[in-house]
Amino acid sequence: MSFDPAALRAQFPIFRERINGQPLHYLDNGATAQMPQSVIDAVSFHDSHARANVLRGVHTLAERATEAYEGARAGVASFLNVPETEIVFTAGCTAAINLVAHSYGSLLRPGDEIVLSVLEHHSNIVPWQLLAERAGLAIKVLPVTDDGRIDVTALPRLVGERTRLIALAHASNVTGAVLDVAAVVAAAKAVGARVLLDGAQRIPQGPIDLAALGVDFYVFSGHKAYGPTGIGVLWGRGEILEAMPPFMGGGSMIGRVDFAGTTYAPPPRRFEAGTPPIAQAVGLGAAMRFMAELDWAGVEAHEMGLTQRLMDGLGTLGARIVGPRGLQGRVPVVSFVLDRVHPHDLAQILDQHGVAIRGGHHCAQPLMERFDLPGTARASIAPYNVAADVDALLEGVEDAKRRLA
Amino acid sequence: MSDDLYQQAIVALARDASHAGMLEPAAAISQRDNPLCGDRVTLTADFAGDRTLSEIRHKTRGCLLCEAGAALVTSHAKGLDAAKAAQAGADMRAWLRGEAVQGLWQGAEAFAPVRSRKSRHDCVTLAFDALAGLFETRS
Repeated sequence: MSFDPAALRAQFPIFRERINGQPLHYLDNGATAQMPQSVIDAVSFHDSHARANVLRGVHTLAERATEAYEGARAGVASFLNVPETEIVFTAGCTAAINLVAHSYGSLLRPGDEIVLSVLEHHSNIVPWQLLAERAGLAIKVLPVTDDGRIDVTALPRLVGERTRLIALAHASNVTGAVLDVAAVVAAAKAVGARVLLDGAQRIPQGPIDLAALGVDFYVFSGHKAYGPTGIGVLWGRGEILEAMPPFMGGGSMIGRVDFAGTTYAPPPRRFEAGTPPIAQAVGLGAAMRFMAELDWAGVEAHEMGLTQRLMDGLGTLGARIVGPRGLQGRVPVVSFVLDRVHPHDLAQILDQHGVAIRGGHHCAQPLMERFDLPGTARASIAPYNVAADVDALLEGVEDAKRRLA
Repeated sequence: MSDDLYQQAIVALARDASHAGMLEPAAAISQRDNPLCGDRVTLTADFAGDRTLSEIRHKTRGCLLCEAGAALVTSHAKGLDAAKAAQAGADMRAWLRGEAVQGLWQGAEAFAPVRSRKSRHDCVTLAFDALAGLFETRS
């Protein structure tokens, strides 16, 4: 295989759009990545030829829908190198974390501790705060280094015999820093704690071997991984999922319902109450196939080349990078600030140049406090981005400086 | 009127520091956050005997539109009572939605390019929300 960004870009119909008379330079992939035609077609094909509920009907469409839905689960499992019985479909990454917080969280006892970090997305903070309030737990918070990494040297100080779970971002949605997973897993194992990783920003960077990673839970969302919105994944180790009670009750998640006592289905169905997001799961399965066929070594070299071009250009323009300045241990998510230009105003001016980025606190307000910033501008790069996207962003930043700084 | 969101009139309003800062001590303090973007406006104020605003300052941590909105509010706030402050906010929101409004504050027309950009309306009105809050927090 070899990687051809232009050929890849041609698979994404969104790039035929023009924004304010300009070609689309989409650099907001960290919020939502675009879908290739193959994923769009898979969703459309499903709704045109196989739309029905799953796991219930015996008619032909129901058979097709169930096969497509379970096929998607198998595709996700293969991408993560785990058994498909350990893949739970959710409405998204947030829903997956909330599922763990409610279900696994119900097994915790007052005084137990959960370890988070300053750079977590709100979706990996608030569910645990709600749980802590319900169950009388304590939350410990790992600090962040000046270059935007979770400071794993603080693990010995914060992880102790009461620690039951360490829940951290695999890659930061703000700084792009990738977690030192081995250090976290070692600290957790030393005290018998579980590890949950928020993989929302890591999964779009290619296949992962969860079995080898040593963690216990992994969550991600479909729409950041070239799939539809409204679908996410919770992976949990089989024996842990088996011990967890249901979170939501309803159809599909039961063994037998009786007023004398209801029994529950084994995982993953135990955690998929009601009609699941079927078409979205089928789309995610197609996205996994799309990703599995990419030359990821080529993608990484391409993305890191663009990341370097971006950081060099921003440095020339006087912007300050919020996160690692180098390419080691990072994903192509680059946050930056510009003196006297608020990130929202910068994002608005960039839109006039056809450039889509995110400006704001990125649902990471504790991290903004850590760096004493109201927000940052964030450019996040995907395999279909090209040098022209980065150059358009840099021209827009120069324009914003000229007009506002 | 230019459709440029960052036309000179808005930039000049945002950079106007004539009512920037904090009154210390102040009879009332009101702080409003935009949870979606993290922008924050803090108003401090004193009151005259007739329960109207006599002095006001703003401390704004936000985008240019948010700063300009705070500058507009503080430049017009003296002499307002609670009802007039609430009316000013309602008028501004209605005008941004595209409605015709009588007696819009002088200078507010600089925000005309914002009317077509709904996602930025809250940037402008955050300071109006804080203004109404001054009358709730007055001790």
